[in-house]
Amino acid sequence: MIYIFYFLFFGFLLTTVLGLLASWIDRKVTARVQYRVGPPLLQPLIDIIKLLGKETLVPTQASRTTFLIAPVIGFGSVVVVSTLLWMNNISLGQGFIGDIIVAIYLLTIPSISIIMGGFASANPLASIGASREMKLVLSYELPFILAILVPVIKSGYSIKISEILGYQSQNGVIAGSLSGTLALIVAIFCMQAKLALVPFDIPEAETEIGGGALIEYSGSGLAMYRLTKNMLLFVIPFFLIILFMGGIKAEGIHLLNGILKYVGIVALITVIRNTNPRLRVDQAVRFFWGPMTILAIIAVVLAFRGL
Amino acid sequence: MSFKLKALLKSPWVFHLSTGSCNNCDIEVLDCLTPRFDVERFGMLLAPSIKHADVLLITGSCNRKSAERLKRLYEQAPKPILVVAIGECSLSRGMFMQSYNCPIPLDKIIPVDVYIPGCPPKPEAIIAGVVKLIEKIKSKTKKK
Repeated sequence: MIYIFYFLFFGFLLTTVLGLLASWIDRKVTARVQYRVGPPLLQPLIDIIKLLGKETLVPTQASRTTFLIAPVIGFGSVVVVSTLLWMNNISLGQGFIGDIIVAIYLLTIPSISIIMGGFASANPLASIGASREMKLVLSYELPFILAILVPVIKSGYSIKISEILGYQSQNGVIAGSLSGTLALIVAIFCMQAKLALVPFDIPEAETEIGGGALIEYSGSGLAMYRLTKNMLLFVIPFFLIILFMGGIKAEGIHLLNGILKYVGIVALITVIRNTNPRLRVDQAVRFFWGPMTILAIIAVVLAFRGL
Repeated sequence: MSFKLKALLKSPWVFHLSTGSCNNCDIEVLDCLTPRFDVERFGMLLAPSIKHADVLLITGSCNRKSAERLKRLYEQAPKPILVVAIGECSLSRGMFMQSYNCPIPLDKIIPVDVYIPGCPPKPEAIIAGVVKLIEKIKSKTKKK
């Protein structure tokens, strides 16, 4: 019973609210960087409600079932992974062995759902977008997993999120050590690519391929994808906060500390996104398989050495 | 007013179509998105595809080739969609009134909700036109 409560309240409701809020912070900071006023607070929510009220069109050539089910798969996996993270963050005993691997898998599924939806919609631009997304997934997964190995090694080879959290509450945060800092830098770049924000918004380049894989989506399908993206804007930074910065504690001054960690990461993402032009897909692959993988391997070696 | 329509008026995403204009109106439309005018504070965004759009902005006189495409684009748009005609050419064909290539004005092809005159209209005029459109829809639904 308690799991259903976690699923509905923390996994769905709280993550949605925080995700929409994060998306507003992102848009507002972007506007302020460009000397604009920016949208009002409820704008992301209004966008979603509006899209839910619009007509949903399915292209005649598209494979109908896949086209309609792809956004639901992505949305479902985000809700499940946020439930998993909240459960571990709230009380330490509730995880299971290997839940960090499950979380990594579930965080990849939204990208897979975008690939499915893009290929199912029978549009040449959507196919280009989906194939670019596929290449991007291939490029960032390797350094991301290497970076996540560092907290695993540091906490005495445990693949349980709650044990990593417990290690950090006793021995200080993992980002405080040299290997942890290097791994966090790699993970932040991988997060930027996972969220498909500007230096790596190659799959949905609006000025180039007109929305990429999402070009044929309208109405509730698009609303689902937007909500998934907004929730990911909360879930992936939260995952990194748990692994590298000791999680968010909901008691007294610790809550403020947690909020500061989160807002800091979102502001960093936004500043990176506003000060960089878009890369080509081959440049992105070279960036992730070259410097980022080397940096991640150095971090792993340092973690083995105990630094 | 229905909840659906209220949300639509608070976040109208625009799709911008040029049916053979001289690009002057297009530049003025893009001016609205610059920091000086900043239409994002009203929730407006430039949509990359017609499937995402709520408002169809049309500039330029419709010629024989683009009229077909315009019709097809209007049919592809998810309803409800609002149509805004920007500039003298799309209002009345302007100086191309007698042209062999512009047989019918825009509002004989698809229904137009608001007309913004000018050659080209200023960004202030475009924003005022969109405000008028919102007022019109609000008053229309109040009478019912």
